[in-house]
Amino acid sequence: MNIYVHEFKTKLKSALTWSGSIALLILVFMSMFQVFAADAAMVTDLMNSFPEELLIAFGMTDMDWSTILGFFGLVFTFSQICLAIQAANYGVGLVSIEETEWTADFLLSKPVGRTQIMTSKLLAAITSLAITQAVVWASSFAFLAIFREGQDYQVKSVVLLLLSMIVFQVFFLTVGMAISLLMKRVRNVLPISMALVFGLYILNAFGGMVGEESLEILSPFKHFAPSYIIKHTTWDWPLVMISVTLIVVSMVGSYMLYARRNIPSAV
Amino acid sequence: MSIIEVNHLTKYYGKSRGIVDVSFNVEEGEIFGFIGPNGAGKSTTIRLFLSLIYPTKGEARIFGKDCITFGPEIRQEIGYLPSEVFYYEGMKVLDLLKYSASFYKKDCTQRMQELADLMELDLKRRISDLSYGNKKKVGIVQGLLHQPKLIVLDEPTAGLDPLMQHKFFNLIREENKRGATVFFSSHILGEVQRLCNRVAIIKEGSIIAIQDIKTLQKDNYKKIRVTADGLDEKRFQVEGVTELGKENGTVSLFYKGDINVLVQLIGSRKITDLTVEDLTLEEIFMHYYE
Repeated sequence: MNIYVHEFKTKLKSALTWSGSIALLILVFMSMFQVFAADAAMVTDLMNSFPEELLIAFGMTDMDWSTILGFFGLVFTFSQICLAIQAANYGVGLVSIEETEWTADFLLSKPVGRTQIMTSKLLAAITSLAITQAVVWASSFAFLAIFREGQDYQVKSVVLLLLSMIVFQVFFLTVGMAISLLMKRVRNVLPISMALVFGLYILNAFGGMVGEESLEILSPFKHFAPSYIIKHTTWDWPLVMISVTLIVVSMVGSYMLYARRNIPSAV
Repeated sequence: MSIIEVNHLTKYYGKSRGIVDVSFNVEEGEIFGFIGPNGAGKSTTIRLFLSLIYPTKGEARIFGKDCITFGPEIRQEIGYLPSEVFYYEGMKVLDLLKYSASFYKKDCTQRMQELADLMELDLKRRISDLSYGNKKKVGIVQGLLHQPKLIVLDEPTAGLDPLMQHKFFNLIREENKRGATVFFSSHILGEVQRLCNRVAIIKEGSIIAIQDIKTLQKDNYKKIRVTADGLDEKRFQVEGVTELGKENGTVSLFYKGDINVLVQLIGSRKITDLTVEDLTLEEIFMHYYE
């Protein structure tokens, strides 16, 4: 419990910063909806002016930006990138930060097992992510209500989108953690988490452009594509199960790797 | 009872050598010195005790229990001061010490305060604002606040001024009197000499000697320097004399045996200077193992 509290305290500021930033992002984009809603024809022209491949790459096909739900889907796509970076940062840094800052000697020479350390850290990170998700829930519904321009929308679709954050963020948390434990030393968290997030984002984008389903089925950006969820009002369950499988593999692998890890020495 | 039992402990980092086939015991109540040059494997041995790293072969047992299987349980009674101290930079000293104390079953508040007073540590400051020596003090307090049965020190004095070193040594002696066993790793022979009962010498990953400090010094050579007119060093070529040399009219030698023999050899010459010293630990080791 003491490790959990300590870890949560050190993460709280970061969690609140991320929450505030994503809420702000949603606010700014949603406030632009009235322009799109006012002129549906303009939106169609705008969409048509983009090359088809580009729209596919960014997952913007099947999205009608002149409807509040379609527009929210677009906003949610941007939020996903932020949510992914936040979770990946927490994951890559989860246990590696103790080695980067050489505090592992302090923590691991205390009377606690490594499994307990990792579980406490994971729970603290998940709590921090939950705070961010709660803020995203609140701001999504608030700004939908304020900026909907009198349009009605299907609440179920929004709920499905927001619920997808749970699996989506846990994916980046656990995969990031597994990657950090596969490395001998993590010198800097950010480049690794950025590479993970944008790697998977681009994988999904290019996969979409090429047309055939191939490697992009590994990307959670594909598994939880807002366009699919809005169009079908359901999750793409077979793809979601790929996310879940990768989470389980990363989690089990991380516990095994950490239990046998040789902690590098500062001298 | 042996507090530490090390049996054929071997650690390789990939292909590079950590320690090879190290075996020794540390008995209850001892202050056990562990000496060797940098890179000899001192820290590797200690990190194996704390299961910060895992052995390639062999085992270490502390309080009769395997270091890996019973790691958390054993560490309840170990106080560890690493050679390089790093703590959570954003924390205040007091918060860090409280965090450290929260891992132990007993209440450490009073002891923590005593130690902080003794080491003149300001509890209100941030870790990131501390000098290296002050961080070392934090290390000492966090390592001893739970009154451990085994204290593991890895080159503890670096960064402490002579006054603090003195206080620190007294503190360790007190802890030892209270019943704590101390494992003291160092490359500074003088401090080991001052503090330890027994000593193990490690060189290139292997133990080359384990000896009692007193016998090491008693049954040993004297270092003698004689300055006298027209003194020929050749007359000292007798049994028990080594390292014989002459420089600027001063003859120096190491001698082991009946001191009267040597006094007669010096004879009735007019001596201008004479010193007879015990060898320092350093000289003993240089003499024996180089």
